[in-house]
Amino acid sequence: MVKVGKGEYIPLYGRDSSKIKVASFLLDTVPVTKTDFLKFISNNPKWQKKNIKGIFADKHYLKDWKNKLYSGEANQPVTNISWFAAKAYCECQDKRLPTLDEWEYAAMADKTKADARKKKDYNQFILDWYERPKKSSQIVGSTFKNYWGVYDLHGLVWEWTADFNSVLISSESRNGGKNNNLFCSAAAVGATDLMNYAAFMRYAFRSSLKGNYNINNLGFRCAKDLKKK
Amino acid sequence: MKIYLKCIVLGISALFLSCNNANNEKEIDDETENVSEETSLNENFSDMSIYNLPSKWTTQDGNEIKLGDLQGKVLVMVMIYTSCQAACPRLVADMRNIEKQIPNNKKADVRYVFVSIDPNTDTPERLKTFAKENKMEDDKWIFLRGTVDDTREFAAVLAVNYKQISPMDFSHSNIISVFNQKGELFHQQEGLGIDNKETVKAIESLATENKKK
Repeated sequence: MVKVGKGEYIPLYGRDSSKIKVASFLLDTVPVTKTDFLKFISNNPKWQKKNIKGIFADKHYLKDWKNKLYSGEANQPVTNISWFAAKAYCECQDKRLPTLDEWEYAAMADKTKADARKKKDYNQFILDWYERPKKSSQIVGSTFKNYWGVYDLHGLVWEWTADFNSVLISSESRNGGKNNNLFCSAAAVGATDLMNYAAFMRYAFRSSLKGNYNINNLGFRCAKDLKKK
Repeated sequence: MKIYLKCIVLGISALFLSCNNANNEKEIDDETENVSEETSLNENFSDMSIYNLPSKWTTQDGNEIKLGDLQGKVLVMVMIYTSCQAACPRLVADMRNIEKQIPNNKKADVRYVFVSIDPNTDTPERLKTFAKENKMEDDKWIFLRGTVDDTREFAAVLAVNYKQISPMDFSHSNIISVFNQKGELFHQQEGLGIDNKETVKAIESLATENKKK
């Protein structure tokens, strides 16, 4: 883990659009791998594919695994993982999932700056990645190391956050029909620049998730509070 | 090789006490696929039951419960916070309205559960006062407070989204959920002050009649 230093930022959908203070915290340098997760489920049978309760993970959980046997490379990020499983994994390591604010804050950095969101190549990198079809063969640590020493926040897989269910794009937009199409395009048009567009994609994606969903290109990493001196 | 692996595993077990127990070591030792032994870890709640949640909650009377303790009753659940000025009073009114419409002979089989999304403010004492103010004092009204993390988890189960938008206020989904006696989600009503008919029908269809009369 590495330390991500404190700071503040204005999130896309913030508390009254004001600045959010983020305290220093520790963050895994890379997403959790298939090997890491295998160890976890070996020790914790209730999170194995054959034992998992439907309320914690739908039928796509570890989709390409044969119970305790994963397909692909050991160092690939584990995906098809539910929020409940990700949370349990982190707690097992005496860690936790990063909050949405922590994740977004750490992910503002490029190789040299803590906040690179105004840099054109930073945004282009993210958008190029969003456009590319999923490359399942990529292993963790294969993208750039950012200002904080963290890899893969962009360019590998999307990641769960502790409070993914804090995104309310409209007060209650899940009834379908009339609002849905409207707010999607409306919000995209309202986004002022590329930076907001990339963030909007992430927020929209998060708002579409439920805790027991398992998705091909959605993985996670863990965070931890700094010990008080 | 096997010994080497075992060392690692034991090392891990020692470090991560929170999620490893005696059963796990056994599982590692023989690597057998003993399903029955493993499933016994998960108790006997059904696949989609909220009773599977391990979280502990404190009631308005200061009692500690797990959701599994409510097994056998129809549960009508909603997430609120007591300092809420806008939506929550209406959600509370909706809950009261629903309760009124349940026939007398079925009332005993239903519990109405309010889960606080603001556990830092909503102490059991505060929940108790809130219950009093709303004249929801008999056994069927249950107010729960958990940890911040467990509350987040419970919201994930209900598919309720919420966010603190200022020190005093949260924005949140307005959803009333009905669970059957096994703790499985049976019906959800979204929105404020909407027609409760479907929800009432759902509860009525689940609740069993009180034979004593």
